[in-house]
Parts: sequence; structure tokens; C-alpha cells
Amino acid sequence: MTDLNETRRMMPLGLARRGYAGVIQHLSAKDAGSALSDVELESRLIELGFVEGARVEVLHEGLVGRDPIAVRVDNITIAVRRREAMAIVVA
Amino acid sequence: MELPLLHLALVGTPNSGKTSLFNALTGSRQKVANYPGVTVERKEGFFVTPLGRQVSVVDLPGTYSLRGRSPDEEITRDFVLGKASGETVPDLVLCVADSTNLRLTIRLLLELKRTGRPMILVLNMFDIASRRGITVDVERLAKELGVPVVTSIAVRKGGTADLLALTDEISAKLAAEPQDNSWRALSVAELRATQREADRIIADCVSLPARPDTLTARIDAVVLHPVGGLIVLAAILFVMFQAVFAWAQPLMELLQSGFDALGELVHATLPAGLLQSFLQNGVISGVGSVIVFLPQIIIIFLFILLLEDFGYMARAAFLMDRIMGGAGLHGRAFIPLLSSFACAIPGIMATRVIDNKRDRLTTILIAPLMTCSARIPVYTLIISAFIPARDVWGFINLQGLVMFGLYAAGITSALIVSFLIKFFMLRDYAPAPFMLELPDYKVPRLKSIAIGIFTRAKMFLQRAGTTIFSMMVLIWFLASFPQPPAGATEPAIDFSLAAIIGKAIAPLLAPVGFNWQIAVALIPGMAAREVAVAALGTVYAIEGGKEAAEQIGQVLATKWSLATALSMLAWYIFAPQCASTLAVIRRETGSWTWMAVTFSYMLMLAYAASLLTYNVAVALGAG
Repeated sequence: MTDLNETRRMMPLGLARRGYAGVIQHLSAKDAGSALSDVELESRLIELGFVEGARVEVLHEGLVGRDPIAVRVDNITIAVRRREAMAIVVA
Repeated sequence: MELPLLHLALVGTPNSGKTSLFNALTGSRQKVANYPGVTVERKEGFFVTPLGRQVSVVDLPGTYSLRGRSPDEEITRDFVLGKASGETVPDLVLCVADSTNLRLTIRLLLELKRTGRPMILVLNMFDIASRRGITVDVERLAKELGVPVVTSIAVRKGGTADLLALTDEISAKLAAEPQDNSWRALSVAELRATQREADRIIADCVSLPARPDTLTARIDAVVLHPVGGLIVLAAILFVMFQAVFAWAQPLMELLQSGFDALGELVHATLPAGLLQSFLQNGVISGVGSVIVFLPQIIIIFLFILLLEDFGYMARAAFLMDRIMGGAGLHGRAFIPLLSSFACAIPGIMATRVIDNKRDRLTTILIAPLMTCSARIPVYTLIISAFIPARDVWGFINLQGLVMFGLYAAGITSALIVSFLIKFFMLRDYAPAPFMLELPDYKVPRLKSIAIGIFTRAKMFLQRAGTTIFSMMVLIWFLASFPQPPAGATEPAIDFSLAAIIGKAIAPLLAPVGFNWQIAVALIPGMAAREVAVAALGTVYAIEGGKEAAEQIGQVLATKWSLATALSMLAWYIFAPQCASTLAVIRRETGSWTWMAVTFSYMLMLAYAASLLTYNVAVALGAG
């Protein structure tokens, strides 16, 4: 089977550059180093539509440190800092 | 038999068009207050259904879930669950969804269903969805969700007809007995499962087109460009402040001559004496000199509401996040701080969107440094009296440029203060997350904006009619009593209470170039900054007799040196001249300490800035 997900390397969305498009594999809040607790961060990400299988694309980057990023999640756009985006594993 | 009032509640995610639906349903029949004990805005409106049922509808704060992680979201949860103190449990919950973006709302709805409240799903902005080629199988969606579904176009006349008809139909057969509430906070696994369920239902009932909203993408390509976006933002702010100065001018002159004519009429009709002086100098010229600024306040709110409705505010937060982050501020602080340009009170109240306590506290402390609309009267008065109205570089009005500079000084000092707070006071601190939906751009809804401006203008006029009016009476009293002894040659005000107080504190203000008349005006200015203008008018009008009543500015230009005028401008950038702002800070932080901190740091900054400005100006020969 030529599943794209199996051939691409998994990486955190927090490292993706503008133009990157992929699919969410899983959430891993403990890897994010966010000020939020793991449960809280994961809950918030899910509430904004970051769930396994959602298609994501990095649309825009901020000026300072290419941060935050604007991410297309299925058909909505969410602004998120790279630190929190580290919790989103994509491929 | 008269049916009891039907209670509706509007629930939805942020950007779902909840508020425009609320406005469409109720028009201007709205009541804005606070929930008891918290400073969350409570918006209630009223309307009558086609079958004649009286309805009360509450617009609840937007939320993505019922977890309640901020005071706003707790209100929404408690209200729906019937736990909010002093509130009736809603008979019917209207869950409002943006039809172009159903995922998050459907998940919220699945969670809401567990509360057992009767519910309708309102697919709002259905016209935009249709135009983009999104089709929704409404009947199937209703069956899958187990909830009646209706489409609506809040911005179009008659666009809520189906919703009204359905409300009548459902309210007629609402069960009298309470429903089971099986809601409890969802675990992460349950949350994920609910989102999966929502996605499955959407896949079954909604067909999404291959083409996304290309217009939003095209605008964002410019507006969110790392460099271009900041230029656009600066340009928007610049146009906004030029507009405040230029567009409002004709209307302000019209209002001014209206009040002048009224004053003359009173002067001509009544016999000379205390009553004539009270009406002309105390009431008409006092309140009039504040109401004159209504056009500028309307223009500021017009811009803020337009940008908000268009969807630009979230973009501004995105652009500013890291830049403000460098100063220790959260990107979400941008919206409260921008609102503070209108008034620090709604701005401070809007900090509730920041869930981290420390981020919120920093934002509250610096919000009063943003140039609020109450400073505009003071700035305008001094600028038009002392700064020549000529163009520099051919197209920029010098007066507008100075105004822009005053705003810039406020912003810059706010960033520096915030940086110092972060550095010295809140050191052990990890930045809170910034997560924000960037909604698709929408054509602003004129009716919503009109209602918004109307509400704010009403608030301003009520303030002018109550607080400011009573302060004007007080100031007139202080400036008129005691009366001069018979045969006195000095102006009457020299014998008044105002002069006694002003002269007592004048030595403290002498180093910054303020005379005792300014000292007198600063005291009532504590009630509201703009009162200082009226107070100066009263002080000088009474002192100078009737010829001075026509233009406060002309009088100031003859009485003050340029250095004093500039010092006064510098003072007003920083001075904590607003008792209501201090009261709101005390309420929002729940502490007298933070209120005292705000008051003292701003007072020190004001004194230092004025001292510097005055002495530099004098040294340059403007004394």
C-alpha cells in the first residue's frame, strides 16, 4: 500500500516551515514544554480541531523567530505558537 | 391566557456569528449589565415570536467547550446548567454554528446535549456556505444529532424567519418536567471521542467543496506577511487616528456653535446673576464642551467594531504576538489594549480573554497607558490651540502628526513598563500559550456595527449627563463661592474655593509649569479625564467674563506658554486621571494593592515626563 503517511517521516508540527502540509499522527503534550499541564494542552488542541487524521498546512509564519504559525486544520485556520505546536506530531 | 416569558440562551464558539444573530433577533431592544460578582458582560434582549410569544434571549460568552477555563466560559457553563446565581434556567438553548465551519460547533453541541436542555442547532451564515458550494443535508443532520436544525442568515432581513417559526413550534410543546443532566467535565479521551463522532456526522451530512475560501487566503497573503502585515497594521492605525482628527472636525464645530448659541440665548434671556452664570458657564459650556467630542468617540468605535467584524482583530493579535511577547505580553493582550484606545474600562474588562493570571495582570497594569478617548478632548484642545494646522511633507497634517506622536508615546511607554514588570516583578514565569482561531474574512454587518456604536454613544452620553454633569456643578460651585467682597477689583474666581485649593497644590506642580488654574482643573479631572477640559473652560470663562466663553482654546493660547502646553500633553499621556479606571482595576484584580501600584507608578511617570518636557521646552526657548 502506498500510504503517504508511512513513507513520510514523523515530525512535530512545531518544526514545520511555511508551506508544509501533512496529517496529524498523534498528540504528545509532554514533548511541548508548554506552560499548560499536559492534560490541559491536549484538551485545548483537540477543542481547536487538532485531532488524529486532520489535515494540516502551515500557511503563515510570524516575523520574529518565524513564530507564531497560522495552521490550516481541515477547513479552519488556527494561530498557535511553535512551542505548543511541538505537541502535534505530523507526517 | 398570557404565556410566561420564554427564556432562550445563545451558545456557540467564538466567531460563530452569535452576536449578529442576537442583534438580528432583538434589534435595539437590548440590556447590557454584568453577572453578579463577576465582570462578565451580560447581554439580554427581547423580541416577540410570530405567534405572539414574548421571548427573552441571553447572548452567552463564546466557548469551545463546557470545561469553563475562564470566567467567561464558566458563566456559559453555569448558565446552561442552571447554576448561575439569580438566573433562570433557559427553556431553550440555541446552539449557533458558522455553517462554513461546523466541526468545532458540532462537538460543542454533542457536549451540550448531555445537559439535557431542549436545544436547536442554528446553522448561521448559511448564505456564505451555499456560495462556497458547501451543502448540508439538514434533515439528516437533525436525525443524526437528535436535535432540530434550522438555517439562518442573520444579516439578511427575514433571514431568521425559519428560526422564529421553529421556536414557536418547539416552545409550544416544551416538556414541563426537568430533563436529565448527565453532563460532567470530559476527559481527554472523551473529548477526542466526541470530536471523532462530530467528524463522522459531518462526513455523512455535509459535503465540502474542493475550493476553500480563496478570498481570505488572498487577503491573508498580504495581511499576514511577516513584514507587509506589520506595515498594513501601522497604516490602519495611522489612518484611524488621522480620521479621528480630520473627519470629526466639521461635526464638532457644528456641535460647538450649537452650544454657544444656546449659551448666548440663556445669557440674553435671563437676568444677570447666579442662575444665569450657573446655566451658561456651569451647565451649558461645561457639559457642551464634553459632548462636542461625541463624533470622535463614534469614529474610534466605528474603526474598532469594523475591524473586529471584518475578522482583522485576530490577525492583529497574530502579528503582534511575538513583538508583544518581547515586552512580556501575550498576543491576546492586543485586543484588550486596542479596546483601551476607546476606554481603559472595557479594555481592562476584556483582559478576561487572557487565561493566565500573570499575563492578565500585566495587561491590566498597562491598559490605562493606552490613549483612551477621554484624553482626546484634552489633546485636541491643546493641540488646536498651540500647534499650527499646516501640512508637513505636503500631505500630513501637523496636528494629526502630534496626535499620532502622543499615541505612540503611550504605546511605547506601555511596552517598556510591561518589560520592566516582567523583568523585576514576575520573573519566575513561563509564557502562556497563544492559540486563536483566525476566522474567514466577512463583510462587516452594518446593522451590528450601528447597534454597537449606538450602545457606546449612549454610555458616553449617560456619563456626560450624570458623572460629568455633577462634576461640572461642583466645579462651578467651587469656582463661584465664596463670592468676592463688594468693591473687589480682582476677578471673582480669585476669591473662590477653587482658587484656594488650586493655589495650595500649585507649588507642587510649579516645577512642571502648571499654574493654579490647571491645578484646579486636575482635581475634577479625576472623575473623568475629559472633565478637565470643561473645568478649564469654567475656570477661565468665569474669570474672563462673557467674551472668554466662546473659545477655551483661544484663551489658553494667550494664558499658557508653549512649554506649559507641552508639559500638560506629557502629563496626560501618563497621569492616572480616572477614578472609574482605578475602580475597575481594583475589581478585576480583587486587590487594593494593584490599584495603588497602578496609581503611583502612573503618577510618578506623569510627573517625570512633564518635568522633563517643561524644562527641555523652556531651555529651547518655549517658556
